[in-house]
Amino acid sequence: MSKSIEVAKEAIKKKCKPIEISDDFNQLQISISTNQILDVVDFIKNDEACEFRQITDIAGVDFPDRQKRFELIYHFLSFKHNSRLRIKIIIGEDESIPSITSIFPAANWFEREAFDMYGIQFKDHPDLRRILTDYGFEGYPLRKDFPLSGNVEIRYDEIDKKIIHEPVNLQQDFRSFDIQSPWERTNYLKEEKKNNE
Amino acid sequence: MAINTDIQETSPELERLKELYADKGFVVTSINNLINWARTGSLHWMTFGLACCAVEMMHVGTPRYDVERFGAAPRASPRHADVLIVAGTLTNKMASALRKAYDQMPEPRYVISMGSCANGGGYYHYSYSVVRGCDRIIPVDVYVPGCPPTAEGLLYGLLQLQKKIRREGNIKR
Repeated sequence: MSKSIEVAKEAIKKKCKPIEISDDFNQLQISISTNQILDVVDFIKNDEACEFRQITDIAGVDFPDRQKRFELIYHFLSFKHNSRLRIKIIIGEDESIPSITSIFPAANWFEREAFDMYGIQFKDHPDLRRILTDYGFEGYPLRKDFPLSGNVEIRYDEIDKKIIHEPVNLQQDFRSFDIQSPWERTNYLKEEKKNNE
Repeated sequence: MAINTDIQETSPELERLKELYADKGFVVTSINNLINWARTGSLHWMTFGLACCAVEMMHVGTPRYDVERFGAAPRASPRHADVLIVAGTLTNKMASALRKAYDQMPEPRYVISMGSCANGGGYYHYSYSVVRGCDRIIPVDVYVPGCPPTAEGLLYGLLQLQKKIRREGNIKR
């Protein structure tokens, strides 16, 4: 255990009062609630014991079985102490969370991505719109209840002379690779063979 | 007869032309063959690199494969290009841009679809954000299979396209 992590851990524990804090595998990780986020991020950025001055990523996770289904995970990096910090926040579908763009401007696009993929609302974000998906896209693709192939597919219409959206109509079925070895054939083919005999 | 002598006297250009023909000779061809020769010999390609296939497309332009020996040079603008090489995964968001680029190309225009993703979605066939084959957006002349195809593969595709142009052999496309 390096000393700087120990120091940072104590400082965060004392000042931020996280729900949970751990340093397994030399990696600081804290769990906090949504209303703590601005204070905690401001603290870990500016406190001498932490100085996590760079935001690496904001990730989302969807747990459909939980009452509050989403988890937001913020990753920070401290150049000074050569250490990283994870902040975990559990957030429900109809809740919103304060944007940290006022502290880390780089979080702007990360939050837009989390909004795009999960539909998590960030309060006071300067420009909260979709970033990766198609213009006019509907739904949140990384939610577990989003269908794999989406709801619409596109093609160019020769009559209208424009690209049109249509409901998905897969020309090829999903394939299940149930073969153990390449010399055996797949189960459904074996069944078919048995039925024919 | 008087007219003939007139020309001989008054146009030294014709005299010169006569001498040139006698000295250097001349070639006779049909206009169809000439046009096909011109088309196949200057297939300037529009670089539409979308993913890893674009790297192989770059290789085809480097000295080892040297696609320019077939008269094909990369052009950055669709308005200069004869052939569009769709190299990589075509996403829904990119589809309208591809169509726009294609619409800007002057006739006759050709399209090479390069790699599994452009051919039929490939690895991303079931994805919510990928077009299942770029032939849903633009008409394709040659499909080059592979993931990604080697530079030789793409070169072979280009040669097949030349073959196709020669075989079609009509002026209007």
